[in-house]
Amino acid sequence: MPELTLAVLTLDGRRVTVAPGTTVLAALQNAGLSPLRSSLSGEPRGALCGMGSCYECRAVVDGLLMRTCLTPARDGQNVRRLLEVAREF
Amino acid sequence: MNSEVWDAVVVGAGPAGLMAARTAAEGGLRVLLLDAQPGAGGQIWRGAAAGQKGTAGDLLRDVAAHPGITVLSGAEVMAAETRERAHTLTVTTAAGLRQIHAERVILATGANERFLPFDGWTLPGVVGAGGLQAMSKGGLNVRGKRVVVAGSGPLLLAVAAGLRQKGARVLAVAEQAGLTGVAAFGMAAARLPGKSREASALAAGLLGVPYWADCAVVRASGQNQLQSVTLRRGRREIRLDCDYLAVGFGLVPETRVAALLGCALDNTGAVRVNVWQATSIQGVYAAGEVCGIGGVDGALLEGFVAGCAASGQIERLRDAPRRADLQRRFQRVLERSFALRPERLHTPLPATIVCRCEDVRHGELRGFAGWTAAKLQTRCGMGVCQGRVCGPACETLYGWRFEGARAPLVPLPLAQLLDEPTTLSPP
Repeated sequence: MPELTLAVLTLDGRRVTVAPGTTVLAALQNAGLSPLRSSLSGEPRGALCGMGSCYECRAVVDGLLMRTCLTPARDGQNVRRLLEVAREF
Repeated sequence: MNSEVWDAVVVGAGPAGLMAARTAAEGGLRVLLLDAQPGAGGQIWRGAAAGQKGTAGDLLRDVAAHPGITVLSGAEVMAAETRERAHTLTVTTAAGLRQIHAERVILATGANERFLPFDGWTLPGVVGAGGLQAMSKGGLNVRGKRVVVAGSGPLLLAVAAGLRQKGARVLAVAEQAGLTGVAAFGMAAARLPGKSREASALAAGLLGVPYWADCAVVRASGQNQLQSVTLRRGRREIRLDCDYLAVGFGLVPETRVAALLGCALDNTGAVRVNVWQATSIQGVYAAGEVCGIGGVDGALLEGFVAGCAASGQIERLRDAPRRADLQRRFQRVLERSFALRPERLHTPLPATIVCRCEDVRHGELRGFAGWTAAKLQTRCGMGVCQGRVCGPACETLYGWRFEGARAPLVPLPLAQLLDEPTTLSPP
């Protein structure tokens, strides 16, 4: 059953409100948070397939590595791009 | 690990899978319907609601309400095997692994988009045509965004019309096929009642949008983000400033689960089935795009046939062979009309990345005889997508047939393999 209320989530420390049915990927992109990860060469990348095949939209969602295109945005979620997580190391 | 037994398992909850599940349940089977997406509907019916007007709403409602069907969303098959008449699927879910046994399996695993590399295709803003459609259905705001849609196949038109409806400014649709092929497809579509209605609606939604046949992407340009696309049309190069390039070169059947179960494929790379949608493995049926790219009407029909065959409702299939023949003819026209013409497509530069996961470039891959050598020497196809993106690209560019399906089909947390809870502490 889809959620019917707006969700407030945190994207790299920024709080954003999204409509029901929004994926975490769309929330990131609407917030202008792209590229989502750096590749081995350090080049910027965006999501390619939008359907779970390419894995280029992975981010850490509530501590777990997830494909954001397959992850529905939910209230209270904490999303961190790999780019941001990598900066801590 | 949970272990369970079902009468039938349907893999994929798009049109073919939903139809197969409903039909098999009507025949008295206890059916488990699995899908990787968070909700049923597949790519084409993504975001559709149970009970809304039309076939999608009807099927979603019937499947949700049928006591004989259990829907498991967010579930991906990571391993599959056949032993005599019994099939076992190991499925990864948020709650851990589940082992599912069934005598009947219906594969409705759909297709992936075929991406072909060109200079700049790794820039953010270059996305799959179906991918951008999926993202917009998932809440991506495309209102006012400048979009170029390019590649090949009727999906481009559907994507362009859908994006325009959501407020995007579609600057052009660039189709690599020639006008003759496009016209042949149009005429074949006009002969099928459902398709002709669909085509009229698409045409109305695309009034004023340039449709360029015989037109290919040369490069995408931008600094850290897509800023413009260069297309070649005849001898002319056209540069369009844009926010998104939605690009796809047709669809490729997703046959990995079928391959693990031992199902034979045909020479196009699709699962080979007979008139009852039965594969070469006893008790395994297949329906929809996994059997060849044919669109939603064909998928529904094949799902129905597979559901009837799996549950022994042969008397319901009287009209099916005639309808299937029509669909197959349409499918053949589709394949011919939008066949990729490598001579018309732009050859990647040596520095163009082909394998996005492992940053392997065209210059490193030319000259290898096949996948095995290329994988060993370059790691092409060994990244997280396991060749889902670069596999079809290499098949087109170098003639390699990707035959490397092996478990696990998808990356999964080590904790799941160790049968431990997968929740980690937030960083």
